[in-house]
Amino acid sequence: MANVTLRNVRKTYAGGFEAIKGIDFEVGDGQFCVLVGPSGCGKSTLLRMVAGLETITGGEIDIGGRVVNQVEPADRDIAMVFQNYALYPHMSVYNNMAYGLRNRGMAEGQIKTRVTEAARILELSTMLERKPRQLSGGQRQRVAMGRAIVRQPKAFLFDEPLSNLDAKLRIAMRVEIRKLQRRLSTTSIYVTHDQLEAMTLADILVVMNGGMVEQIGNPLDIYQKPATTFVASFIGAPPMNLMPAQSDELKSQLPSGGAGILGIRPEDFVITRENVPDGVALDLTVEAIEKVGAETFVYGSRQSVAQGVAANPGELPPGEVIVRVPGAVGPAIGERIRAVAARDKLHLFSSDGRKRVEI
Amino acid sequence: MVEHRPLSDIIAYAILTLGVFIVAFPVYLALIASTHDAATVVGGRMPLSPGDQMLENYYRAVFIGGARTSREPVAQMLINSFISALGIALGKIFISMLSAYAVVYFRFPFRKTAFWIIFVTLMLPVEVRIYPTYKVVADLKMLDTYAGLILPLIASATGTLLFRQFFMTIPEELLEASRIDGAGPFRFFWDTLLPLSVTTIAALFVIQFIYGWNQYLWPLLITTQDSMQTIVIGIKKMLYTTDELAEWQLAMATAILAMLPPVAVVVFMQRLFVRGLVETEK
Repeated sequence: MANVTLRNVRKTYAGGFEAIKGIDFEVGDGQFCVLVGPSGCGKSTLLRMVAGLETITGGEIDIGGRVVNQVEPADRDIAMVFQNYALYPHMSVYNNMAYGLRNRGMAEGQIKTRVTEAARILELSTMLERKPRQLSGGQRQRVAMGRAIVRQPKAFLFDEPLSNLDAKLRIAMRVEIRKLQRRLSTTSIYVTHDQLEAMTLADILVVMNGGMVEQIGNPLDIYQKPATTFVASFIGAPPMNLMPAQSDELKSQLPSGGAGILGIRPEDFVITRENVPDGVALDLTVEAIEKVGAETFVYGSRQSVAQGVAANPGELPPGEVIVRVPGAVGPAIGERIRAVAARDKLHLFSSDGRKRVEI
Repeated sequence: MVEHRPLSDIIAYAILTLGVFIVAFPVYLALIASTHDAATVVGGRMPLSPGDQMLENYYRAVFIGGARTSREPVAQMLINSFISALGIALGKIFISMLSAYAVVYFRFPFRKTAFWIIFVTLMLPVEVRIYPTYKVVADLKMLDTYAGLILPLIASATGTLLFRQFFMTIPEELLEASRIDGAGPFRFFWDTLLPLSVTTIAALFVIQFIYGWNQYLWPLLITTQDSMQTIVIGIKKMLYTTDELAEWQLAMATAILAMLPPVAVVVFMQRLFVRGLVETEK
């Protein structure tokens, strides 16, 4: 039951590398905050700084009204769930959960009450005497959660807790974590590189890149109004189509007269033969089609733009556009189509991609 | 898949049997020799079947000692050997675990240097540093004591290296989870590292117990009283006689007795090894 506040937090390693370049945000009492970003963006480092496993070289971290910069991890009143669970392999499930309480000198009777209660919530009651190696991945995950719950800490910290699970279990556990957190209403910070996890779990989403915050906000707000091109392409799958607005094809269609970078989400396109009066139309040649069942993704290349190679992995090559079509019916490969997006679906960014421009 | 042919099986078994025979025959011979009287053994025609002097020979070796050369009985030597081998093995485990713990988990200046200095001592066996070690032990008045037999031998670079390698395979998150669970350095060592190290400890114990048991040069140097002799030296002294026949039957009985404790350690510890192999998942 506490706020977690970061004030201009920085981390510079001994070698001079600046991993965290001044981060401010506040997680309110009981809120679920998700830190999301590509690998190497500093999100795990930041979480470990909150946990006390990494030193803080600048700024302040405040948990429940107390600045914890110099406080040992055990005394910060937090609990952490690790990516590889970090269960004690030689201890039973019961002892794994009880260990932290025993170290705090809690009475054995009270420990028993808490562990039994946590085991009941997590459906581990029949497995208390087993060793971690006798459990499945999902069960180990739940033990790790149980170890965090029994402590009744001010904040839960999750470091990519689901990435070792298979896809199906990941979704199930995602829902479970969210339900559990609602029920206990404990302030939580959750690190992931999976934007879908981030969107579904977060009350507050913090998108990070290169040791800095790109955008903070409600996940849907971020999806609908990304502040930078980085956020635009990182949040949402498949990513938002981004293209220079000053090309011949686009210049005449845009009210701004064609400056900066234009972004359109794949689902905001409509394939049509007609011209729309107020919006953007792109002439595409269909290169590839992915049918997922409920929807179909059409990969087209723009006829007016020379094709190239993607600048960064995960980005679209210049001239390529993804269009999402509902259902399983789509154009054929090689077909020429026109994809149209209405004016209110357009996103415009400054030409360095760092700023959103209202149309 | 290897093709299964009876002929290749027969050849393989023949080679293996030959190997076992070559290794086991001298041991068998020693066992046989320890069951005959002195005259039969030195007579030039060594029988290949057991004689009737077994109880007599072993009783004399263990409790009385050689008649003519008035040696210590083997019982005392066995006790000496056992104490020093056990002390060396346990001491080595204790010291090397602590030093590996320091080198792996603590950040202190010249940590790497400390590790390399330990590593370099691998190249300095007892024989190389025997004079200064002898001087130190003599000055500390530890000649003819168990401490003198044990202490100079318990520093172990091999053990430190073994534990260091093992500790480095333990995931970092386990230490971090411990820190968040409020376990300090000592608790982490005692509650987590030690239980996880059991199989490594068992492996090191077997190796080092046998190392300690087989020590020859060092006990020979620092023990002067017969009552402090170890069994390995005892065997040698039984054969080294000036003007009379060596009592081969007693020497062989002693040799057999000297072999038993290391064999017992290996046999007993093997169960731990197997358990360690089956339950490797961390």
